Amino acid sequence: MEQVFQQVINGLSLGSIYALIALGYTMVYGIIKLINFAHGDVYMVGAFVGYFSMSTFKLGFVESLLIAMMICTMLGVLIERVAYRPLRNSSRIAVLITAIGVSLLLEYTMMYFVGAGVRSYPPLPGFLNGSFTVGGVVIKNMQLVIIGVSVTLMILLQFIVRKTKVGRAMRAVSQDAEAARLMGINVDNTISLTFALGSALAGAAGVLVGVYYNSINPLMGLMPGLKAFVAAVFGGIGLIPGALIGAYMVGLLETGVVATGYSMFRDGVVFAVLIIILIVKPTGLLGKNIKEKV
Amino acid sequence: MNTTQPILRRVCVGLIAAALGLSLAGCGTNTDPGSNEGTDTIKIGVNYEQSGAVATYGSDSVDGIMMAVDEVNAAGGINGKQVEIVKYDTKSDTAEATTLATKLMVQDKVVAILGPATSGSFMATIPVANQNKVPVVSGSATADKVTVSDSGVQEYAFRTCFNDSFQGTAMANYASKTLDAKSAIIIKDNSSDYAKGLAENFTATFTAHGGTIVGEEAYVAGDTDFNAILTRARGLEFDVVYLPGYYQEAGLIIKAARELGINQPILGPDGFDSPDLLNLGGADALNNVFFTNHYSSLDEDPKVIEFIAAFQAKYSKEPNAFNALGYDTANFVFDAVSRATEANGEAIKDALASTKNFPAVTGTLSVDENHNPIKAIVVIGLENGIQASSEKISS
Amino acid sequence: MNTRFPSWLIKVVALLMTYLIVFALISAGAIDDYVLITMVTICINIILATSLNLITGFTGQFSLGHAGFMAIGAYTTALITMRFPSIWAFLGGVLLGAIIAAIVGFLIGLPTLRLRGDYLAIATLGMAEIIRVLLLNFEFTNGAAGLSGIPRNVDWTWLFVFTAGSVLLISNFLKSIPGRDLIAIREDEIAASSIGINAVRAKTLAFVVGAFFGGLAGGLYSAYFYFIKPDLFGFLKSIDILIIVVLGGLGSLSGSVIAAILLALISTWLQDFPEMRMIIYGLILVVIMVFRPQGLLGDRELSMDTFKRIVPRRRKGTS
Repeated sequence: MEQVFQQVINGLSLGSIYALIALGYTMVYGIIKLINFAHGDVYMVGAFVGYFSMSTFKLGFVESLLIAMMICTMLGVLIERVAYRPLRNSSRIAVLITAIGVSLLLEYTMMYFVGAGVRSYPPLPGFLNGSFTVGGVVIKNMQLVIIGVSVTLMILLQFIVRKTKVGRAMRAVSQDAEAARLMGINVDNTISLTFALGSALAGAAGVLVGVYYNSINPLMGLMPGLKAFVAAVFGGIGLIPGALIGAYMVGLLETGVVATGYSMFRDGVVFAVLIIILIVKPTGLLGKNIKEKV
Repeated sequence: MNTTQPILRRVCVGLIAAALGLSLAGCGTNTDPGSNEGTDTIKIGVNYEQSGAVATYGSDSVDGIMMAVDEVNAAGGINGKQVEIVKYDTKSDTAEATTLATKLMVQDKVVAILGPATSGSFMATIPVANQNKVPVVSGSATADKVTVSDSGVQEYAFRTCFNDSFQGTAMANYASKTLDAKSAIIIKDNSSDYAKGLAENFTATFTAHGGTIVGEEAYVAGDTDFNAILTRARGLEFDVVYLPGYYQEAGLIIKAARELGINQPILGPDGFDSPDLLNLGGADALNNVFFTNHYSSLDEDPKVIEFIAAFQAKYSKEPNAFNALGYDTANFVFDAVSRATEANGEAIKDALASTKNFPAVTGTLSVDENHNPIKAIVVIGLENGIQASSEKISS
Repeated sequence: MNTRFPSWLIKVVALLMTYLIVFALISAGAIDDYVLITMVTICINIILATSLNLITGFTGQFSLGHAGFMAIGAYTTALITMRFPSIWAFLGGVLLGAIIAAIVGFLIGLPTLRLRGDYLAIATLGMAEIIRVLLLNFEFTNGAAGLSGIPRNVDWTWLFVFTAGSVLLISNFLKSIPGRDLIAIREDEIAASSIGINAVRAKTLAFVVGAFFGGLAGGLYSAYFYFIKPDLFGFLKSIDILIIVVLGGLGSLSGSVIAAILLALISTWLQDFPEMRMIIYGLILVVIMVFRPQGLLGDRELSMDTFKRIVPRRRKGTS
């Protein structure tokens, strides 16, 4: 029983990591229907910015987090401006290839400067590093922080999108960019803002993951990026609560597969379940089925 | 009347263009077969994974190699000739490794090739080596089948590292005899042939000594979350953990294992040998950890001390096993080139095969009839992340 | 314009000429092993790209799993030729691999092709990942260590036969009635259904044919490159193939051919910059897509006519 609780905690913290990345993915997808493959790499850049700010410039955890978010915001807006905006009216698959190009560019530019090896974050203040035991179940403080942060961010994002003027503009653009433009919404700015938000989230995720796992490298965005995308599709891509639920589902599922002794088949099982879910409910768990009109 | 213009014909045009373009490219290249005889440099190819999934292993090996090259050239080269390096990146793709090995041999006319680092990529270059009679040498291709295929010894393939059966067996012996372990759990990197080979050999020897493998868990290189595997492991009864894999994941696994209260001895291969193991795992976790290695930093050997100091001066970081093996592999080849009767692949192959007591940083080595190095193996014990004991063992 | 030669004759002559010229150059030693290996890469990429183009470009089904089909073909061929090293085993292996890939394509396609756009993409991606995980864990595929010592059975003749054959078959398929249906579905699935095209059947057919040639390319791959392992057929390989297709132009077979050649030449050129290679590659991708988002050829085909338009005609046409 203790074993089961421990695994649930493991699954939730793993899911939270995916959620942190998936939220940014899903926001960008929601507004311009782009699978932003470079998102995982913005997250990687965030992790490295945090690393350098903590190890080279000896800044604290919170300052580093803010700096990483700021730099990633700028990076995200820049990428959108230079690489995606000129393709606004092109096929989505062309933008996808551009995103892959940007992703390679970020990965290998980083590798060129910092090398291919792993780096470990400097030791943290004690309150983040500790852990405690409840009835034989070990819970690390960082796990609570990460679960807390991902849920808080989800609520915050949901608030921004649902209740603020900016959020209304985002929803309008995502439904029909042309009509939104006619209503006086600055479509370009709204999209830039979405990228800014998404990238800031990725930056925060990068630093949190760096601190939690204590290991970063230039290719670290690749697999989590893919998993986060899967998580977003799981929950219904484009929907903020969907990303969170999907991420927890994937996290718990992976942990469950390992817990039952099939760690060799972990990724295969995740994808198999995904395919089954998509076949049963083609737009993800929370997605609405839209009937195509003639 | 062009309405019936078929796609077919258009495709033909493309194919013709392709053929012509390529044949032109082909005509432009030098096609004289030959060696480096009569030139003032010795051309050696470096064919390593510098991007893609295993870029770390390749780049680290190249760092070691380049240091050896600089040293030998500063000292006046080999037999008065400077070493010229032609360096390519395989993108961690085995087909690219084959392509680039071909390019190095056919177009660049190198006399020997260093790399690639991983067994699969290295094996993909061996048929090319045998065909063109240019030796390929790896510092980290550990799979047993690398130098000996089903049809005998690969004439033009050499390595400076232990093979998997040697290392896996040695560690299993150590676990059964020295640590008196009766049961073990294996946590392996499921995406790596290195881990697969080690796990199989460890299992074979450990069970032959009467031990039992109570569980086998897997992860994938690049993973960072091992809590689920370790929580499962925590529920089992065992004496030791065998962790075939590299420091990137091993450091994190050891840390997470200790945090979850797994305090049994953790055993590993030479993939543990990196200062990053300590950075990733933390000093508190790295107790009761043992791994097989080529040499120990406790070793007072001046070669080792000199190498570590020179490496730190050049790259301002401590060397890991890949750096050291890369350095040794380069020097191993240079030594053979200096002894070879001629500066061509065939003569260098013979010189490599007859290497005896070559003083490498990773231990004095001789080449056996299967083109594997004969060298000592040590088991290193860590205390607070620092090498505290080293024991030479026989396998 | 005149019709002195029937088009099929021009095709046959052009193909034969290509084959013979290259054959002569190889025999004369003007094409060395390195150029030949580059041509092998190009030809395999041509088969992969044209077959994916059939699925993604012509039918409009976004697939991210083409490497999975390639893996099936590669492993089948490797396992067969390692056991029976003869040219017949090689041919049988390649064919069997392609057929198994097609069957898997059918089994996967039937349920998942109801999905649209990105959901289909992720389902096909998942399929390829499942294939890879299975290959990693099966005993007979030797797991992560992969299969080594696969006999090299592919030479220029076989390469040419398979490449030209694949492209011809795919282009002829596209001109057949089922092929035309695919393009109709891409343009407007509902309109296509309303005129009696069975969309699910047509899409599955495209998927099966694409998978068949994907498996074939995999077979050629393992019969040339000596060594295969599951990691080679991961998600990034599928992306590589997709890049060729999009770069050449969705819905343009000649575009795929040209893009496969162009990318191989770029890659060859980049080999001289090992440290910068992937950075420049990423940059090239972004720049090409920003300035030419429809791909090099868009959905048009390069043809003799294009040359006729470019080269001004000296004589007025004889009538």
